[in-house]
Amino acid sequence: MTLTRRSAPRPEAAEHTTRLRPGVLAVSLAVLLAAVVFSLLAGSGELGWQRVLGEIWAQLTGGLSPLSEREAAIVWELRMPRVLLAGLVGAALAGAGAAFQGVFRNPLAEPYLLGAAAGAGMAATMVVVFAPAVTTWVVGPLPAAAFAGALLGVGLSWVLGRSAGGSGTAGLLLAGVAVTAFLTAVQTFVQQLNTDTIKQVYTWTLGGLNISGWTDVLVALPYIALAAVVLVAAARLLDVLTLGDAEAASLGLRPGRIRLVLLAAASLATAAAVSVSGLIGFVGIVVPHLVRLLAGASYRVIVPLSLVGGAVFLVLADVVARTIMPGELPLGVVTAFAGAPFFALVLRTNRERLS
Amino acid sequence: MFPWSRPTPSHRSRVSRLVLVLPLLAVLALAGCAQREDTSEAGAGGQAGFPVELRPEGAPEVTLEDKPERIVSLVPSVTETLYEVGAGDQVVAVDEMSTHPRQAPRAELSGLDPDPQAIAGHNPDLVIVNADAEGTLADALDKTGVPTLVLPAPTTLEAAYDQFALVGKATGHADEGERLADRVESEITELAENTPDRKLSYYHEVDPSYYTVTSATFLGEIYQLFGLRNIADQGDPNAMGGYPQLTAEKIVEADPDLVFLADTKCCGQNAKTVAERPGWDTMTAVKQDRVFALDDDLASRWSPRLVEFVRSISNAVAKA
Repeated sequence: MTLTRRSAPRPEAAEHTTRLRPGVLAVSLAVLLAAVVFSLLAGSGELGWQRVLGEIWAQLTGGLSPLSEREAAIVWELRMPRVLLAGLVGAALAGAGAAFQGVFRNPLAEPYLLGAAAGAGMAATMVVVFAPAVTTWVVGPLPAAAFAGALLGVGLSWVLGRSAGGSGTAGLLLAGVAVTAFLTAVQTFVQQLNTDTIKQVYTWTLGGLNISGWTDVLVALPYIALAAVVLVAAARLLDVLTLGDAEAASLGLRPGRIRLVLLAAASLATAAAVSVSGLIGFVGIVVPHLVRLLAGASYRVIVPLSLVGGAVFLVLADVVARTIMPGELPLGVVTAFAGAPFFALVLRTNRERLS
Repeated sequence: MFPWSRPTPSHRSRVSRLVLVLPLLAVLALAGCAQREDTSEAGAGGQAGFPVELRPEGAPEVTLEDKPERIVSLVPSVTETLYEVGAGDQVVAVDEMSTHPRQAPRAELSGLDPDPQAIAGHNPDLVIVNADAEGTLADALDKTGVPTLVLPAPTTLEAAYDQFALVGKATGHADEGERLADRVESEITELAENTPDRKLSYYHEVDPSYYTVTSATFLGEIYQLFGLRNIADQGDPNAMGGYPQLTAEKIVEADPDLVFLADTKCCGQNAKTVAERPGWDTMTAVKQDRVFALDDDLASRWSPRLVEFVRSISNAVAKA
């Protein structure tokens, strides 16, 4: 197989950075698997990793598990969905971040740029204030509202941006700023009238996975998977967009249409992530940059590796969040606290590439 | 502008009650004067027992020259205490979270973010708040000549009893305050003594994201009266300020004998929702029906209704 592939010369094969090499992808997936297993073994309590390993082995071989029913429930009902959800959310945010940076041709772009966070925050606040005790739904009102709110925010920005600035990115960007400010104002106003709920809203805003179960995984998975497929498939178009709208148009593409599809997919992933985990910052902006610095500047490399890298990053961050203190640390705090210095280090060691 | 100019039903009844009680207050005041031979201020505003010096725990000293007749309370717990010591008729406004007793004159006032202008609009002669960082509210109200009494949440039961007595003293009901403190203390002590100590462990849920209390808190002290062991202590009850957020994993692993839910009203939690949480059905407390729904308000206040909270714990322990 390798022989035939080598024998067929391809024009872009010479330039490593435009195509994702299978070896790199395999290594990154192996790292992800290692992170997931490590996270599954790591806990803050007396349930030792050797015994969890014994349980996993027993599940694989059908042997006798060293764990009690309750301990098995901890591993499979609490830890496993949490680990998987961390991976899903990390992948969604980092993948969406990469898409946003590509679409806006702006290194500071992030998934929350177009009002997804503000919309979700506003909707979550509304639920906490006006429908706090509704627990009979399958999903729970808060995730559902956050999901709808995030999409509402982005949708508003899109409509406003189109009406103001046509198909360009500048109008959309400014519309995002306006929508974010407006929705945040609504949230603050509602919150101010109901100060007794501030703590609940605040806890949600910090982001975390501490009440997640299999339901959350199953709810978030379809959206994030669909968005991931679209983003990976459209990564080549992102590369074209970086050349500029005129270039893209001369290649027979319609930049406005491409942006709509990419932003819709990225926002869907973001909304799904926000709905199950609250607002977790930093992943969406930093992971794509790390990938770009370490693996290459083509979006055909950045998008898939950001998906995997974001998953690894958040799975490991969540291990810190749930084990390092006697209690729980907000996941958003961990991602920023651990991610920022690491990011600075990578920037420093790659100075020549940036300049 | 005047509060009198738009009489709401509750307002009217308050006024009428005040009118009814005025003669009584006058008699009490006169009687007080005679007993204490305090004639120096018996003229315009001087009254029995006043001026009083108040030394609340963990807050600045306050001296009240006269008996307050227009109290604004921005602390739900203190609102309850005010009515219990018999100062309810001196209360003109309470914050929006002072839900008990029902007749308390709730106004659009925030206790978390007190607005001096809104407070001054009620023309108070005493304002009671939970916290006043840097004394900014006290400074602002001081300009209108209104004293501010800061009554922080007590950290011990003893401090809570002291606060009952202090509220009585501040409002001209010193004896009632002392009696209330004694009564609550003896009832709580009695409940604790009459409940068997079974060396059980417990988890007290503050909200559904698993915020809880350790035994180094006010609530933790109450649970300790029953010899209950807190699963959140983990060697250091003072970690995370006494209010850590646990992981679901930690709670299920600790497998407490008793689960107390203080998030029933705020967040709709009950024994059924707890049993439906992933993995929780394996817990002893869930299997043996030892998940107890508490009243959120009772479990977060330090009013005389503490007795009711303590009673619900006593019942739970007795049932287990």
